[in-house]
Amino acid sequence: MPNITLTLDGEQYSADANDTILTIAREHGVNIPTLCHLDGLSPIGACRLCLVEIEGSPKLQPACTTVPAEGMVIHTNTEKLQRYRRMIVEMMISEGNHHCAVCVVNSSCELQDLASEVGLTHVRFPYLFPGKSLDASHKSYAIDRNRCVLCNRCVRVCHEVEGAHVWDIAGRGLGCTIISGMNQPWGESEACTSCGKCVRVCPTGALIERGVGVSEMHKGEDFLKYIVTARNKKEWVAKGE
Amino acid sequence: MTKPRVATAWLSGCSGCHMSFLDIDEGLFELADKIDLVYSPIADVKDFPQNVDVTLVEGAVTNSENEELAHTIRKNSRIVIAFGDCASTGNVSAMRNRFTVDEIERRAYIELTDRNPKVPNAYEIIATLMKKALPLHEVIPVDLFLHGCPPSAEEIWLAVTELLAGRTPVLPSAYLRFG
Repeated sequence: MPNITLTLDGEQYSADANDTILTIAREHGVNIPTLCHLDGLSPIGACRLCLVEIEGSPKLQPACTTVPAEGMVIHTNTEKLQRYRRMIVEMMISEGNHHCAVCVVNSSCELQDLASEVGLTHVRFPYLFPGKSLDASHKSYAIDRNRCVLCNRCVRVCHEVEGAHVWDIAGRGLGCTIISGMNQPWGESEACTSCGKCVRVCPTGALIERGVGVSEMHKGEDFLKYIVTARNKKEWVAKGE
Repeated sequence: MTKPRVATAWLSGCSGCHMSFLDIDEGLFELADKIDLVYSPIADVKDFPQNVDVTLVEGAVTNSENEELAHTIRKNSRIVIAFGDCASTGNVSAMRNRFTVDEIERRAYIELTDRNPKVPNAYEIIATLMKKALPLHEVIPVDLFLHGCPPSAEEIWLAVTELLAGRTPVLPSAYLRFG
């Protein structure tokens, strides 16, 4: 593998030329906040939380999808980036109906963690209180779109790992919404295998198990690493195949 | 030396934040020596007084009475604290915001009652619901936010004692957490 040299927050590192800025930063203990990113799913740069500044580039770049060039000088935690990250979390909160105190993942929610991490004291934008729908037609799970931040993890895990492709995003702008099957109730989607991977990877209380109460659900998306690692190492392939 | 004048107000919330305040236990005795509690749901004072140093405001702003009191609080207080998630975000009090006031009143006073179904309309003596329940900072400028439903007794204690010591409280990120 060819190697490159880059500067990350003032420190020089040597890195694999195919790795993203996020991978390199995490390898060296540099924390860049993320939300849509999940090890084991393809990176899409949707949430924009991992934006970094690259010297000489007028645009901010998402660390999760950007592969650095030789000699790049990258800043991951400038005052400008902190301001943008806070703003992104504020928009995610004001565009939904999160009501953390009465959510099944209260105290183990990635959006809650992020708000705390970026030092959010309050949301400066007016809360929109949109009228979003809830679908509890599936026998084991439910989707509460009020708490969805459109990270796209459910869409990707269902398509890339489970291979069922139940989920999609429909609409535009503020009207964007997660849909199941052919925009039908989740319980009526014939493609759904009820594996629950989407529920596990969802960072908020949008995809949930039915029957759990406030603060009772802990997701633990770690399972994905085992599946993806096993698949990459072909551990599940029958002998002789 | 005169003691700092402290007030606590209860807008549209469940009083859980005030309960958490009482959870500072023996700290209450220490506090009672250091402050004058000039207005509070637990003090028998009718009108919000003048010249208040610190006011903790629990609850979202959801009706005409809340709104009026919020403006009086801002006018008469040096430091206003949004006390808990309803004041900081709207929280549970704001869950009604996707419905119209008509729908809410019909649900509460007609559909869910088994006798005398009637929406109260004596508006000369009762407050009217605002179109939306709002976090405090969408109505008046707020100086400090205490998160949590309710904020922990430790967080309240830290904020109040720092203010009494003349410092602006810097809350650790563990306390900067909704829910």
